[in-house]
Amino acid sequence: HGVGKSSLVHLLCQNQVLGNPSWTVGCSVDVRIHDYKEGTPEEKTYYIELWDVGGSVGSASSVKSTRAVFYNSVNGIILVHDLTNKKSSQNLYRWSLEALNRDVAPTGVLVTNGDYDREQFADNQIPLLVIGTKLDQIPETKRNEVLTRTAFLAEDFNAEEINLDCTNPRYLAAGSSNAVKLSRFFDKVIEKRYLSRDGNQIPGFPDRKRFGGGTLKSLHYD
Amino acid sequence: MSFLIDSGIMVTSQVLFFGFGWLFFMRKLFKDYEVRQYVVQVVFSVTFAFSCTMFELIIFEILGVLNSSSRYFHWKLNLCVILLVLVFMVPFYIGYFIVSNIRLLHRQRLLFACVVWLTFMYFFWKLGDPFPILSPKHGILSIEQLISRVGVIGVTLMALLSGFGAVNCPYTYMSYFLRNVTDADILALERRLLQTIDMIISKKKRMAMAHRTMFQRGEVHNKPTGFWGIIKSVTTSAPGSENLSLIQQEVDALEELSRQLFLETADLHATKERIEYSKTFQGKYFNFLGYFFSIYCVWKIFMATINIVFDRVGKTDPVTRGIEITVNYLGIQFDVKFWSQHISFILVGIIIVTSIRGLLITLTKFFYAISSSKSSNVIVLLLAQIMGMYFVSSVLLIRMSMPPEYRTIITEVLGELQFNFYHRWFDVIFLVSFSTFTPFTSTKMSSSSSPAASAGPPFSICKHRL
Repeated sequence: HGVGKSSLVHLLCQNQVLGNPSWTVGCSVDVRIHDYKEGTPEEKTYYIELWDVGGSVGSASSVKSTRAVFYNSVNGIILVHDLTNKKSSQNLYRWSLEALNRDVAPTGVLVTNGDYDREQFADNQIPLLVIGTKLDQIPETKRNEVLTRTAFLAEDFNAEEINLDCTNPRYLAAGSSNAVKLSRFFDKVIEKRYLSRDGNQIPGFPDRKRFGGGTLKSLHYD
Repeated sequence: MSFLIDSGIMVTSQVLFFGFGWLFFMRKLFKDYEVRQYVVQVVFSVTFAFSCTMFELIIFEILGVLNSSSRYFHWKLNLCVILLVLVFMVPFYIGYFIVSNIRLLHRQRLLFACVVWLTFMYFFWKLGDPFPILSPKHGILSIEQLISRVGVIGVTLMALLSGFGAVNCPYTYMSYFLRNVTDADILALERRLLQTIDMIISKKKRMAMAHRTMFQRGEVHNKPTGFWGIIKSVTTSAPGSENLSLIQQEVDALEELSRQLFLETADLHATKERIEYSKTFQGKYFNFLGYFFSIYCVWKIFMATINIVFDRVGKTDPVTRGIEITVNYLGIQFDVKFWSQHISFILVGIIIVTSIRGLLITLTKFFYAISSSKSSNVIVLLLAQIMGMYFVSSVLLIRMSMPPEYRTIITEVLGELQFNFYHRWFDVIFLVSFSTFTPFTSTKMSSSSSPAASAGPPFSICKHRL
């Protein structure tokens, strides 16, 4: 925990920097208005619900059972890790399994022991995005090494990756590559959710995304 | 020659303890964080190693292992090192890491770390004034000065933890206190939680839409205040005219509610797990032990009260007293010396082991609860400090549990401290902490939404006694 999920959610939804980040208890939600296929004639506006699920991957099993209620019918997952802390990226595997498996036994913990299993991600239909935070705290000399490591990480998950600093909105400025990736991710999520598009122009379809854990997971849920 | 062998044994055991501390640090404490400053790990392991060596020396004392003069030498050496670490090294590093976190002072880290350390030393020294712990013939730089103060802090900590344990123990152990939780309860609560979150979402959607409309109209401000804002809100009927601050307040209230519901749900899950656990053999065993411990806690409280009220400090230790009783009243004759040695060894050994284990578990839980990646170094060092002081004062108090012939070495090494004072102080703080924690726990018990203590290993805090 402490990777910066709440700051990230705030930045994504309010386009502002979160002034006083504090501990997230339980689940906090925020809503982002997203223009699907922006700039094209088929542009449509959607709500995206971002569920920020707090806690750590090693929490007591009672907390995990409680968290499991948030993982139902998720449309997309954003995994957030702290670039300055290697262990948080390693925990991402356990987080994704917790969210994807969804069948957390009440007295047990996880179905697997948290090791990475490519099979599970190969047929995973839920779009994933990996975001690394606190980029500004990495000194220039170490940046390459860190970025290579995170590139491998994203590849493992078969996901796009974005590295940023949640206290600086310019990373997600319109037109930047990060903003494009984000937009594409949200588009994918919306597509997965609605296989055929209705002709509805009014924003009214909620797509839930969940952010989880010491790593953020955003799960889409409808 | 035998001195060399003895020293060799001591050094080996110290290295072993150091390794254990290192592993504990890596596997348990820092398992979610990256160790970037190895100094922290080293300092922690060193503190742990030297504390354990002290206990080891007590055991050797009882068992009569090693040469008595070499034991004495190692006692003195160990004590000096540990005091050095506790009073100089750890506080300095704590100051250093605190200062490193503050960006402003980053340049002159060392300087400010020294300043912090000097402040610490000042308060540390002042601590000795209100307590009648020293006789005037001690010099300024003697060991007694340092030990007495460390002892005061350590004994306070121990008594606090013991008091808390005495209150928490019966509550955690005994299934008598477990409420009955059904699956339906949990489902109902979860449904409420999701409903609350849905309400939050719908309100936030309205706010987001309102923001967007206002933004598209060129207004960047959040609240429709000001002259033009009011005019516009009167003439238009778009969502932007809604009172956003009112919705925000509703959202805040709902978020608070959702947090409460989440905690309650987690609590119900934990209780359910405890109920299931109590049906297993292990659970029944612990439950049984729980009754014993509760009785023991009650007896401790009783004894502490008597000690304070009648202003007495027990002179004999439990082992000798027990043997006296068996010999005198039950008429069983046996070799007092032989048995007293072994029994005191076992008793003291159990006390030591459970103290260490209990403390480590408590520290780990504490660390998980409050640390973040920024403050982890500082907190671990604080924990090392607490651990060191705790163990030093354990040695002080353990003197009481040993027969007189083994007490001498502690008395010799630690100098002429007013041991009675420490016992009295322990009893006072124990009673104070007990009476403070009881109302908290009883409100916890009576209210329906009690945030459960984490279902950790049950023995953690109960064994903090001496």
